[in-house]
Amino acid sequence: MKFRYASIPYLIWSAVFVLVPLGLVAVFAFTTQTGTFTIDNIARVSSYTPVFMRSVWLAILATAICLCIGYPLAYLMSRMSGVSQRTMVMLIMLPMWINFLLRTYAWMTLLENNGVINTVLRALGFGTVRMINTQGAVVLGMVYNYLPFMILPLYSIMTKIDDRVIEAAQDLGANPLTVFSRVIFPLSVPGISTGVTMVFVPAISTFIISRMLGGGSNMLIGDLIDAQFLGNAYNPNLGAAISMVLMVFILLVMSIFNQFDDSEEREGMLI
Amino acid sequence: MMKKLSLFLAVLVLLPLLAVPAWAQELDYSEMDLDYYTRYRGQGRSINVYNWGEYISDGSDDSLNVNKAFEELTGIKVVYSTFDTNESLYAKLKTGGSSYDVIIPSDYMIARMIEEGMLLPLDLGNIPNFATHINPRYKDQSYDPGNRYSVPYTWGTVGLIYNAAMVDENDAIDSWGYLWDPIYADNMLMFSNSKDAFGVAFKLLGYPINAESREQLDRATELLKEQKPLLQAYVMDEIFDKMTGGEAALAPYYAGDAVTMMEDNPDLRFVVPKEGSNIFTDAMCVPKEAKNKELAEMYINFMLEPEVGLANIEYIGYSTPNDRVYELLDDETKNDPVRYPDQELLDSCEYFVNLPPDLAAYMDEKWTELLSADERYSRMLMPLVMLGCVIATIALNTARAVRKARLGTGKEPIL
Repeated sequence: MKFRYASIPYLIWSAVFVLVPLGLVAVFAFTTQTGTFTIDNIARVSSYTPVFMRSVWLAILATAICLCIGYPLAYLMSRMSGVSQRTMVMLIMLPMWINFLLRTYAWMTLLENNGVINTVLRALGFGTVRMINTQGAVVLGMVYNYLPFMILPLYSIMTKIDDRVIEAAQDLGANPLTVFSRVIFPLSVPGISTGVTMVFVPAISTFIISRMLGGGSNMLIGDLIDAQFLGNAYNPNLGAAISMVLMVFILLVMSIFNQFDDSEEREGMLI
Repeated sequence: MMKKLSLFLAVLVLLPLLAVPAWAQELDYSEMDLDYYTRYRGQGRSINVYNWGEYISDGSDDSLNVNKAFEELTGIKVVYSTFDTNESLYAKLKTGGSSYDVIIPSDYMIARMIEEGMLLPLDLGNIPNFATHINPRYKDQSYDPGNRYSVPYTWGTVGLIYNAAMVDENDAIDSWGYLWDPIYADNMLMFSNSKDAFGVAFKLLGYPINAESREQLDRATELLKEQKPLLQAYVMDEIFDKMTGGEAALAPYYAGDAVTMMEDNPDLRFVVPKEGSNIFTDAMCVPKEAKNKELAEMYINFMLEPEVGLANIEYIGYSTPNDRVYELLDDETKNDPVRYPDQELLDSCEYFVNLPPDLAAYMDEKWTELLSADERYSRMLMPLVMLGCVIATIALNTARAVRKARLGTGKEPIL
């Protein structure tokens, strides 16, 4: 129990840098610029419903694609030899050494009408495909940037699945589909839960991807909040209100998602 | 793993050492008032300067390192940091905790800061270069009548940048209207900030550049909505890449940045449309929190020194309001219609001022409406979705509790 004292610095840290700012967000959201109480800011958030719905939809799409790509990859990785596993993890981490903005900027150059991909397509006689400034490009940017956050938790959970469990299932006559649905999938649920959280939350609140790849007309909540704090709109109170609604929304979605995870042992879980 | 990490860190630490030291230019102090500049020497004082990024000659590419020259001349240390939008500067000052001595906001932001009492009145007697060097055309403007709070640093206009190789050669691009021309559909870019975008629409409609009523804003929003399907994208700094790379034919932007782009792509042209446009000034001010007002004024005066001003203006590419600097420019730059357009054209340009709060909020609302106009949702959707989430959570929880109760304590493995 001595170790309990070791957590005190962390508790102070989170109180000062997490709880206090959250409190400030709430205070800003419920006050006017002159400091009097109002719920007008919260009410105004509803006029941005199209922006919210677009963000939610694109984030769901990106999360689903990440899961579809990340799940098989994480499984294959977890069954590889030690050296290959380390190499794969390294390869997945590699893009993260480069600044997030630079990576997104590079996609801009790739997807443009005179970009690398279209130049190749034209040379092959396929004509120009419009890729940049579409919602598809925004989803692509999200998937590319957040895929490692899906793969890594899935991988770390799947390495814990004992080969003998799978073999036992096979010995008892389970076909590959049954092995997957009755053994592998239930055991990997905590990883899915963490992965989905780690992709969905940043994807729904991203702001620079939509501006760079979506041509500015695919405005997302993140852009809206950014405009309230650092843009022409400058209205921190409204910005705080939008942030708060977004936070509540994310918490609600996450709480629903966590209901699906029945396991008593919450090993490796994020929430 | 530790080994790899330490190797990586070692490379990181060593990297700056590899950078080749630039042989920066030396400044000739002989023309300056040395008594004035050296009066704080040896007191170990320092000032905080807050400027736009890439907005001062910093010694790179053989240019003069202005801050270093100031330190050498006066013995005052310059603590220099940068911001990227007027609004982030405003937010930083508003939240407090900072004590900058010199800031360089744009005209409309200066007007706002004056209105909100965020600036200190300047003692122009302490900035002798202001009276003698600054062109009267840039003094006493609407954003700061009488220059009580600000000394102009640079100015510029907003105009149309077009790629001569991509537009019809019979078209003399001279009107904002070309940004609504279906011939250039999907080949045009537009400002992604509301103030500048509405400015373009206002000028095309023949309104003053600063909104006067909600009706004007409504009309301009209609116009911008007509333009939206023709546009390739709404951009700010991404424009550099897109215009120089021939990705778009036509876009509105700032003259100083057009100069930079034209250096990279000779096909690009810049024109201030006949309907008139926006002229902007970035000016040096002293915020209320400043701790060293006199030192700040000395710094401002130093920035107006001809050689210093010249180094800055050559580095930045914007236009100078300083007559002594203008005289030092080469003839090509002096006669450049992009940077120094004729008086008639400048008369058709207006400054942005600070909008009244209700119009500013309305403009923002209209701007968001414009950017998210393609879908229509009921305003009740958000609360309904949230309510749905709450109900779903409760339902799932109850269902699980019921199931557990039915199966006993839930400790036996259930599979």
